[in-house]
Amino acid sequence: MRFQYASQRKEYGRALVDLGKSRKDVVVLDADLSSSTRTADFAKEFPEHFFNCGIAEQNMMGVAAGMAASGKVVFASSFAVFATGRCWDQIRQSIAYPKLNVKICATHAGITVGGDGASHQTGEDVALMRTLPNFTVGVPADAPETYKMTRAFAEWNGPCYMRMGRLDFPTVSDPDEGFKIGRGSVLRNGEDVSLIGCGIMVSRCLEAAEALERRNISAQVINMSSIKPLDDALVAGAVKRTGAIVTAEEHNVVSGLGAAVATYLVEHDPVPMRRVGIMDTFGESGEGEELMRKYGLTAEKVVEAAEEVMRRR
Amino acid sequence: MVAYPDDVIAELERRANLIRRHVIRMTRAAGSGHPGGSLSSTDILSALFFKVMHHRPTDPTWEDRDRFVLSKGHAAPAYYAALAESGYFPVEELLTLRKLGSRLQGHPSRNKLPGIEMSTGSLGQGLSTALGMALAARLDRKAHRIYCLCGDGEQQSGQIWEAAMLGAHYELDNVTAFLDRNKLQIDGPTEKIMSLEPLTDKWRAFGWNVIEIDGHNMREILEACDKAKEVRNRPTMVLAHTVKGKGVSFMENALSFHGKAPNDEETKKALRELGEDI
Ligand SMILES: Cc1ncc(C[n+]2csc(CCOP(=O)(O)OP(=O)(O)O)c2C)c(N)n1
Ligand SMILES: [Mg+2]
Repeated sequence: MRFQYASQRKEYGRALVDLGKSRKDVVVLDADLSSSTRTADFAKEFPEHFFNCGIAEQNMMGVAAGMAASGKVVFASSFAVFATGRCWDQIRQSIAYPKLNVKICATHAGITVGGDGASHQTGEDVALMRTLPNFTVGVPADAPETYKMTRAFAEWNGPCYMRMGRLDFPTVSDPDEGFKIGRGSVLRNGEDVSLIGCGIMVSRCLEAAEALERRNISAQVINMSSIKPLDDALVAGAVKRTGAIVTAEEHNVVSGLGAAVATYLVEHDPVPMRRVGIMDTFGESGEGEELMRKYGLTAEKVVEAAEEVMRRR
Repeated sequence: MVAYPDDVIAELERRANLIRRHVIRMTRAAGSGHPGGSLSSTDILSALFFKVMHHRPTDPTWEDRDRFVLSKGHAAPAYYAALAESGYFPVEELLTLRKLGSRLQGHPSRNKLPGIEMSTGSLGQGLSTALGMALAARLDRKAHRIYCLCGDGEQQSGQIWEAAMLGAHYELDNVTAFLDRNKLQIDGPTEKIMSLEPLTDKWRAFGWNVIEIDGHNMREILEACDKAKEVRNRPTMVLAHTVKGKGVSFMENALSFHGKAPNDEETKKALRELGEDI
């Protein structure tokens, strides 16, 4: 498939700048990665509303909580591994529990971080954030959706987590559709199997659907950018329609989108299902695309999984 | 105090220069990596691996070896080059840095490469692990020392100061830590992003023996290591004043080369400046 590629981070920066223009209550924090996370774009326009906290993510989350408790809408950014795991207890105690208006928007998630290796990659961030009560968790599929999600988070009163990648992502979302918290979207209709993806894997699901079509299998593709709350109705609809589910994520399958969908299925409407994702392992250095192949984050894997769940149906 | 003859110093300087050339070639081959912070740490790493530390590259798990933890894990290229030149693995392997399947991960991985005592890369954590090794050495009545290298931006991390307290509390005089004071982090100068000064006073106030040196002066590095061994009941922090990108004119004090590899042209220029015939 031919995709256009665009940067999620750049759209995040642009959304912050637009927010800064219209809202005086928005503040942005970063931890010495502002040029990479693109909060620097906001810092340039609104230096008084930007606070670089240095290489001190735990402190940054506490500061974010305090500002939110004082009426600010706080965006706090770093790489996903440092913005979640490094400061998880600060997030839990000072942001999630008091239910404060902090938007943790992290970049360089997953293994497509590439050369930096396992210390900088993360397959746990969605898990860590979705297990926290009060948190809303979103994984935009592409750059335009990143912009929309940033704006939606700003309107939402409560703690949110958004996960972005380092690489430019294929543009897959419908330009006319907005992002709503708790809602996913159907990108392609199909009758035989449902492919539910998030992040960069939505594009792999679309590629898989094309490959399946060549084998006369009609696959539905869902972009589940709202991980929490999950779009239960959309999953229920997929079950009804196809009765065979594949999830795909650039995250550890133990605890991300696949786990969320599996929980829903088991409790409501068990049908055959398979998770495609990082199989409970750390990553390593390499080019992003290379790593996706090595770790099974490919359209081929989605196709295999689709055929398997259909056989089991 | 040992007086180091000029030829010993000259030989160490020669090897440091070799490490610098490796760093340039490695990051070029990888197309990414961190030359700036590698070059500011190179002289310290060379002194440690080629002179100060007792270690056996052919027997990397020898139990009486001195330990080294690279708390600023992104200086991996210089660290790997020092390990390879020490004999831990073939020098040719250096050019596999960051490539798929390589043992030379973007940040040091303990389970991948001999000679690496601790996986690092997430800043602020290495010093604590070094202190753990120091406590274990004492428990086992071992005489080996623990060396650790921290970044200055890294000092912003709270865990560093938790470690500072523990090191003094347990009187870990078997620890020599270095602080690569190159005055830069990613987003800018440390004093602009999150000021650290007065750093010497802070470490002293936390109960450490602090030695300030020029981190590119081989003799001062060696003498600081000797002095640290003589101190009782306190760990030592060697505050090494350095220049980020040291040795390559256009990388010196250049923010952009924190996490960017040189291109072909820059590689040639850098290697020429480092005295390589090409
Ligand atoms: C906990 C954590 N947060 C952020 C980063 C990303 N990061 C890598 S290097 C760096 C700057 C380090 O600055 P400094 O310690 O001064 O190192 P040096 O100048 O010696 O390269 C940052 C923020 C990280 N590795 N770990
Ligand atoms: Mg520095």
